[in-house]
Amino acid sequence: MKSSISIEMVMLLAGLLFVLGIAGVIIRKNIIFMLLSVEVMLNASGLAFVAAGSRWAQPDGQVMFIFILAMAAAEVSIGLALILQIYHQHKSLDIDKLKEMKG
Amino acid sequence: MNNLLWLVPALPFAGFLILALAGKQLSRVWVAMIGAGSVSLSAIVVLIIGISFLSQPPANGNYSQTLWTWMQVAGFNPKITLFLDALSLVFVFVITFIGALIHIYSVAFMADDKDYSRFFACMNLFVFSMLLLVLADNLLLLYLGWEGVGLCSYLLIGFWYENPANGYAARKAFIITRVGDTAMAIGLFVIFYQFGTLAIPDVLAKAPVLWHQGAQMATITALLLLAGGVGKSAQLPLQTWLPDAMAGPSPVSALIHAATMVTAGVYLIARMHIIFQLSPIAQMIVAVIGAATLFIAGFSALTQYDIKRVLAYSTISQIGYMFLALGVGAWTAAIFHFMIHAFFKALLFLAAGAVIETLHHEHNMFKMGGLKNKLPVIFWTFLIGSASLAALPLISAGFYSKDQILWYAWASESGNPLLWFIALLGAFITAAYTARMMILVFWGEAKTEIGHHPGKLMTVPLIILAFFSLFAGFIELPHNFGHLTLFSNLLHQVLPEAVLKAGMNTELQFQILAFLSTFGGIYLAYIFYYKQPQRIEKLKQSGFVMNLYLFWFSGWGFDKLYNVLIVNPVVFIANINKSDVVDKLYQGITFVTIRLYRFLSFTQSGSLRWYIMGLVIGAIIILSIQIML
Amino acid sequence: MILIYTIVILMGGGLLAFLLGQWNKSLPRWIALCTVSVGFVVLVSFWIERYRAVNIHLSNTWMIDYRHDWIPSFGISFHLAIDGLSLLLLVLTFFLGILAVLCSWNEVKERAGFYHFNLLWILAGISGVFMAMDLFLFYFFWEIMLIPMYFLIGIWGSENRVYAACKFFIFTQASGLLMLLAIIGLYFIHGRNTGIYTFNYFELLGTAISPNVAFWLMMGFMIAFVVKLPIVPFHTWLPDAHSEAPTAGSLILAGLLLKTGAYGILRFVLPLFPEASRVFAPWAMLFGVIGIIYGAILAYSQTDLKRLVAYTSVSHMGFVILGIFAFNELALQGVVMQLVTHAISTGALFIMAGMLKERLHTRDINQMGGLWAQMPQMGAIAMLLAMASLGLPGLGNFIAEFLILLGTFKANVLLTVIAAIGLVFSAIYSLRIVQKVFLGPSERSYQVRDFSFREIVIMAALTLSIVWLGLYPQPVINTAKPMIMKLEHIFSAENKNMEKENPSVTPLNMHKYLVNNKE
Repeated sequence: MKSSISIEMVMLLAGLLFVLGIAGVIIRKNIIFMLLSVEVMLNASGLAFVAAGSRWAQPDGQVMFIFILAMAAAEVSIGLALILQIYHQHKSLDIDKLKEMKG
Repeated sequence: MNNLLWLVPALPFAGFLILALAGKQLSRVWVAMIGAGSVSLSAIVVLIIGISFLSQPPANGNYSQTLWTWMQVAGFNPKITLFLDALSLVFVFVITFIGALIHIYSVAFMADDKDYSRFFACMNLFVFSMLLLVLADNLLLLYLGWEGVGLCSYLLIGFWYENPANGYAARKAFIITRVGDTAMAIGLFVIFYQFGTLAIPDVLAKAPVLWHQGAQMATITALLLLAGGVGKSAQLPLQTWLPDAMAGPSPVSALIHAATMVTAGVYLIARMHIIFQLSPIAQMIVAVIGAATLFIAGFSALTQYDIKRVLAYSTISQIGYMFLALGVGAWTAAIFHFMIHAFFKALLFLAAGAVIETLHHEHNMFKMGGLKNKLPVIFWTFLIGSASLAALPLISAGFYSKDQILWYAWASESGNPLLWFIALLGAFITAAYTARMMILVFWGEAKTEIGHHPGKLMTVPLIILAFFSLFAGFIELPHNFGHLTLFSNLLHQVLPEAVLKAGMNTELQFQILAFLSTFGGIYLAYIFYYKQPQRIEKLKQSGFVMNLYLFWFSGWGFDKLYNVLIVNPVVFIANINKSDVVDKLYQGITFVTIRLYRFLSFTQSGSLRWYIMGLVIGAIIILSIQIML
Repeated sequence: MILIYTIVILMGGGLLAFLLGQWNKSLPRWIALCTVSVGFVVLVSFWIERYRAVNIHLSNTWMIDYRHDWIPSFGISFHLAIDGLSLLLLVLTFFLGILAVLCSWNEVKERAGFYHFNLLWILAGISGVFMAMDLFLFYFFWEIMLIPMYFLIGIWGSENRVYAACKFFIFTQASGLLMLLAIIGLYFIHGRNTGIYTFNYFELLGTAISPNVAFWLMMGFMIAFVVKLPIVPFHTWLPDAHSEAPTAGSLILAGLLLKTGAYGILRFVLPLFPEASRVFAPWAMLFGVIGIIYGAILAYSQTDLKRLVAYTSVSHMGFVILGIFAFNELALQGVVMQLVTHAISTGALFIMAGMLKERLHTRDINQMGGLWAQMPQMGAIAMLLAMASLGLPGLGNFIAEFLILLGTFKANVLLTVIAAIGLVFSAIYSLRIVQKVFLGPSERSYQVRDFSFREIVIMAALTLSIVWLGLYPQPVINTAKPMIMKLEHIFSAENKNMEKENPSVTPLNMHKYLVNNKE
């Protein structure tokens, strides 16, 4: 199937998604939402890989996406576990209240 | 006799070792036996050696005995060698004999002191060091003895250590003499590089070859050595320690600060006379220092009320005479006066010690008085000593020795009338303060109750010393009567004869003037202190006289001068810099580092969103730089 | 092999003390005493055996030379060798080592095993420094002696110990790194010149370096050594470290660690960079003189006994640097004497300060005074030590200072005269110690005991050696002589070159001109 969507558009979408993710990480106070935003950023980069892979007809892009998927899964599980622990200890998920590690 | 030489210093040293190591365990009798015995034995050995030296003079004029080589470094190889010639013989004789007498006296004098063994240990160490000083064959060994006597002087001035003032006096003595000693050490460096050796006979032999008359190096060397002598012998400008040194026990003052140690400077100059002869400037300086010192110290002695301080200033003044004699080239006269002075000044100090002890440690002469009949032995011996000090004509030994100096001060080639006049004035003052002291202590009414009378152990040494103070002068009689020169004959083996100016009048006129000045001085004291004491009170009304009195009393303000000029600034700098200004630099570095890390750690806020923000901004900057370039 | 044994014995003894210290408290100190004593006996017997040989073969400097490859690919070998100077300092190390163990006999109660481990490893490091003839190995030992010392001060020191330990560590470590840079620089220059990359001291000796580079390389070494020595203005670690360290630590610091600096200059700086040293000499001497006077003035104002003695070390070490850079045999012999005698006399003063602290629980001399009445023996010894410190003839320090001044007088009259003023100052501060501590009135109500038997043994050993060195220093002088002759030879050859305006090229100095022209 011949793609009618140009690579530039896909890249633009990926970039947009990535910026949205960053904005989410910065703006959100709730850790769970920050985690979600990180997922968005991961998927944005994944999209870019896949698009690039199809553009140059190389399998590497899809291989990288599988890596990203695996990593994201691991990250989410560890991240959620940490969030649970944080909630247990601090009774809050507000990132601004979790500032114990300052110099 | 050569082989016995080492015994002379070794005996007192053995005494010191035994007393220092086992003094606490020994009973007082044993301490006294060892302390006084070792020096007395040493004196006997000196007698044996001396008799053999005089009866069969050695071919080269000296005995010498090498014990071992001290060190050998790059051509510098001083040996531990003892060397005895006529000059050392006189000194060794005085040191051991007067030393032995003073030790015997001390057995009784110090009998109640709790540190009996420490006293004798230090005294023995002193005699050892002093003997080493005069027997040393090279200047380094001499320096060992030189510093050794300084140490003993320090230890004994501060003998009663509970009183911080004594400790202060002791340190003052050590440090001021150390100033001179350091200059002398530099003198030794110069000598070593000039001659390649420090052995005294070699140096003296090479000096006239290497240096011409008036050579600049000779002057420098002589002046550096002189600085050492000036420190040790308490001459201007390093004289301030000696009056304070009277804090020590009286036998110490007698032995160290009158008879022997303080004349080490005289010995040094006499020993190195060839170098001094090569430098007329240095010779002149010696004479001027001597004259100035005898003058200044004489006036100070006139104003003191502490009997020991009077004697201390008088010692400074008498050593001034010796320096004057050395300076005008009357070498034997200086040594003769040294010997006589050792007798009568030791006598005076010991007698003063006896007086002080009898009067329950009263030093103030104005609180003494009327002892003439109560302590006849002390009175008579003290009188003889005083007569000798005041140079009472004809009958006292002091007359013969001082008269020679007065005569040479003008008549010798490098002498001049001014020096003579100052010396004559000095003789006048000497007589005055001596008479003043006699009158205050022994005449008048008794002001303090006397305690126990001094025992035999104390009086016998006094009597012996008194004998010598009277009769020792007869071995050297002036030209115009008797003309006996036993003493100078002996010393002329080592020291040259004084060169006289041409066309001098006879000595008789000078003797008459000296005679008059002595009696003038005595008469002055008689008027002011015995006949009409109210005159003193009248004089004290005048502000000028009072200021002058205080000025003289404080030793012409030298202490104050040194405090203001040297001591206070150094102490001030030391105290202000106690915490070390250099360390502030490093503390500054740590301070800046700490500030810097505080500042950086401020950015470590702990807020995750800040960090991400930073990350993003950083990424954007890097990317934009990338794109722009 | 004797060289390796001395190090192995110390390191092994240290480990053993550490391990056995876990279950017995008094065992470590016995082990330490035994190991150090064995080493001492071995070295002294070696010295006596070789003493005659030293006298005969002046040309043969090296007594033992042991070499084994370590990391051959970088040209690093395990190369130990000793000459007279090393031997003297080694004997001194073990002598003071025995005393260090003895003087902390009852002082250390906690973690005795680790304490003696550190003590022995410091000694091992110092011995290594005195023997290493491979620059890499030298640096290795240089660091080995540093780290246990850090622990010794930091764990067993007094109140302000952590600050002092850190200061000590940072000063020596930072300067040590400069030396490492200089070593590596020298390594590469030599490698580039000859194609042989090696850290071997003997190979590096003749390295031709352009004057400018040589100067900076020399400064790298110099700073490391000068900080250790120490020379004003790098001395400020010393009072802190000395006053906070435990007694044995102060003893080793003053007696041995400072000596490694002087040893380094004598062994490495002068032979490796003769020309650069000559250029630097006037400055070094000036700094030495400043150190003499400055240290003495500071010593006078201190009230902490150990700090006071520490500043006297600064003053005395000024004489060392002054003497070294006079480049003549008299001064250099004086320097060797100063190293030995200062170690003994100042070490003894530190031990005494430790004893006083044990009894009075203070180091403040204003709170002492009048102790002579209760402790006449200690007072007498203190008097003797004070006299040694002010350079009284008849005691070892006098020989040292006199020879140094005599030697420097030839090199620079003015500086010698100023340095001699230091002798007056030394009298002032030494007598102040005696006065403040032992003389004066006593206000103490409780009884203070005099020396115990163990303390008498320590002090007798120290005072006897100081008197011996003062009256018959020849064994030390003879032992150090071959090495010093060699050094002087380097510089007298230099002298001749410097004197000529336009020196001719001879086979001896050809390499310099070849190299200089090339660049």
